[in-house]
Amino acid sequence: MKEFLHGTRQAVLVTVVLMLICGLLFPCLLTGLSSVIFPHQAGGSLITVNGTAVGAEHVGQEFTQDCYMWSRPSAYHYNVYTESEDGRKYYNDGTEFGGLASGSNNYAPSNPALVERVEADMEAFLAKNPDVERGDIPTDLLTASGSGLDPHISPESAQIQLPRIAQASGLSEESLQEIVERNTTGKLLGVFGEKTVNVLKVNIEIAQAMGTL
Amino acid sequence: MLQIILTIILYLIMVVPVGTYVYHIAAGKHTFADPVFDRVDGVIFKIGGVDPDSRMSWKRYAAALVGTNAMMILMGYIVLRIQSIPLFNPNGIEGMEESLSFNTIISFMTNTNLQHYSGESGLSYLSQMLVIIFMMFVSAATGYAACIAFIRGLAGKSKDNVGNFFVDLVRIITRVLLPFSIVGGLLLVWQGVPQNFSGNVAVDTIEGTKQAIAMGPVAALEIIKHLGTNGGGFLGANSSTPIENPTILSNLIELYSMMLLPGACVITFGKMVRDRKKLKEQPEKTAHKSLSVWVYGREGRSIFAAMGILFVIGLSVCFWAESQGNPALADAGLSQSMGSMEGKEVRFGIAQSALFTTTTTSFTTGTVNNMHDTLTPLGGMIPMLHMMLNVVFGGKGVGLMNMILYAILAVFICGLMIGRTPEYLGKKIEGREMKLTALCIIIHPLLILAFSALAVGTQADQAGITNPGFHGLSQVLYEYASSAANNGSGFEGLADNTLFWNITTGLAMFFGRYLSIVIQLAIAGSLMKKRFVNESAGTLHTDTMSFAVILVFVVYIFAALTFFPVLALGPIAEHLTLWA
Repeated sequence: MKEFLHGTRQAVLVTVVLMLICGLLFPCLLTGLSSVIFPHQAGGSLITVNGTAVGAEHVGQEFTQDCYMWSRPSAYHYNVYTESEDGRKYYNDGTEFGGLASGSNNYAPSNPALVERVEADMEAFLAKNPDVERGDIPTDLLTASGSGLDPHISPESAQIQLPRIAQASGLSEESLQEIVERNTTGKLLGVFGEKTVNVLKVNIEIAQAMGTL
Repeated sequence: MLQIILTIILYLIMVVPVGTYVYHIAAGKHTFADPVFDRVDGVIFKIGGVDPDSRMSWKRYAAALVGTNAMMILMGYIVLRIQSIPLFNPNGIEGMEESLSFNTIISFMTNTNLQHYSGESGLSYLSQMLVIIFMMFVSAATGYAACIAFIRGLAGKSKDNVGNFFVDLVRIITRVLLPFSIVGGLLLVWQGVPQNFSGNVAVDTIEGTKQAIAMGPVAALEIIKHLGTNGGGFLGANSSTPIENPTILSNLIELYSMMLLPGACVITFGKMVRDRKKLKEQPEKTAHKSLSVWVYGREGRSIFAAMGILFVIGLSVCFWAESQGNPALADAGLSQSMGSMEGKEVRFGIAQSALFTTTTTSFTTGTVNNMHDTLTPLGGMIPMLHMMLNVVFGGKGVGLMNMILYAILAVFICGLMIGRTPEYLGKKIEGREMKLTALCIIIHPLLILAFSALAVGTQADQAGITNPGFHGLSQVLYEYASSAANNGSGFEGLADNTLFWNITTGLAMFFGRYLSIVIQLAIAGSLMKKRFVNESAGTLHTDTMSFAVILVFVVYIFAALTFFPVLALGPIAEHLTLWA
């Protein structure tokens, strides 16, 4: 009995000490260190233009206007919403915004709903980009990412949108090409990962070139 | 392809120093950082009333392990229930409901990290820290402690003590997990993972709309999530979100953090077993010493090789399957030249996604950088299979313990074939050990298959299945395989936050964890009492490559016998219909 009590006391005390060290001390220490060494990243890498935050470097955004580059489809619309006058929040497509979320529809490859969604998106894309052939649309542009927050599209998906963007924005394709190149990241050391284009950064530069920002 | 090979080569280089360091910690040897850590440990032992010099029998060790875990479960459960208090709660999160709290706390204590909630809306920062981050440290340390005790039993310097649980637990946290977490956490912040206590931000986009962006102490959770092979994400979509995993470099950091310690365990095992042999036999045998023997120890090398073979086979199948794309989308006219990109991030592509998927399920982490529910049928079968095997490295030491059970089984089968008494690591394997081994190996498929049968046989849970056809069975199967293997990844489409799923997966996780650990410690306890037998001409050598190959076959045959029928009804049937 005495041994049992002793063991219980050890278990309780060790639990409390470790809870404080691992659960409180460690995250606070890391917060302190990172706010000193990497203040920008620790704060979420927010991008500010003219003093207001317009997005975050690593979080994708949904764009709907023809003059901007479009991101991949997202089940949660990249948490982009508008507020109506009665204070309710809606996604761009009119459905209700249920609060911050991440993820995808989780459609299995054999799920008919996946094919339906891709076909609908494809028709919409072709209607807005009449010069594009169906088979030329890159895979990533019409498939949803795992997070629903993918900040990138592939360089091919960027290229295929340029004629539409040029027409709608009035910018030349050459200047758009330069903007895309400035915001393209290659593979790490030329080997790891994939080549990516950051959609939000491209669109901020487009807006600045158009003079709307 | 090249990047996968390079990633693995880098791993094989990095695992060596880490393995050596962990071995020094496990064996209680001197390390360069002792002057600092001895003091920290001293303070913790003093407060906890732990006598660091006392030793435990396997029974007391197991009792201390289970008892301490029970205490942690109790305290964590209380925090989850009262998390609505305005402390570290800028987003105004409400308290968690009972059955979900039960599931969550079991899930994190057993190192499973199956999540039936979404981090964005389900947990306050207080819970993320005091429950989730805390549990990630202690559940990993508990697993490693059990593993070290198991190895001590097998390596057998003493007949009755396997070490002190509290000492092992604290030493692993202070000397391995905490220092690695601070360095790795800073690296992640450098790459863009947020680490702050402010509430979620709403920004004004350039199209005139608003966007909500998640904040919080993400990096702290992120690093221990991988180091401890835990896997539960800060956000719903886990490491696929660019907030938890913003760049390819952060992806590699996370990948290596989850691979290093389980690999290091095998090295620790090899070296601790070798220590014993060194004591016994004098240097005559040291003439031919290859590099791999020096690094892994003889016995460790064959185990590591067997795990490596299983891993590479799985990885190849997964990478191949994902590269093929989805024929249903190809029919709809969408080019599949990039492979199956639904559910995957552009910055990771097919290669890093397949690698991460295979790794997270082999090392039983459960973190995901792409959605497993949307993997192609065969690509999704690999993570499921590796959780069913539960021996391909495996997280927090438990994989090694399982693999050693298979080694005992392999020795036994070979012993029957050549007509000798089976021996492993110089000890006779007899009736008692074989019964316990068989029991331990059978629990895992029993939990998976019985619960899956219950789930598809009743109405309550069929409502949770969200994909039609054969994939629906895969969703159920994956959920229980993930629970029983203490992995925690999911086919996330499953609508699993209901009483039925919360309770059944909670039970699968609990039994999958503690029954195995206690039985494994019992095997070690039984073996350590035996005398070492001398090697003879008839002894089956377990330190050769051919034994590694035998081990791989034993694992696959066992898996085929138990799981092939159900895999044929799930992923294989889906593959055949999709490609028909």
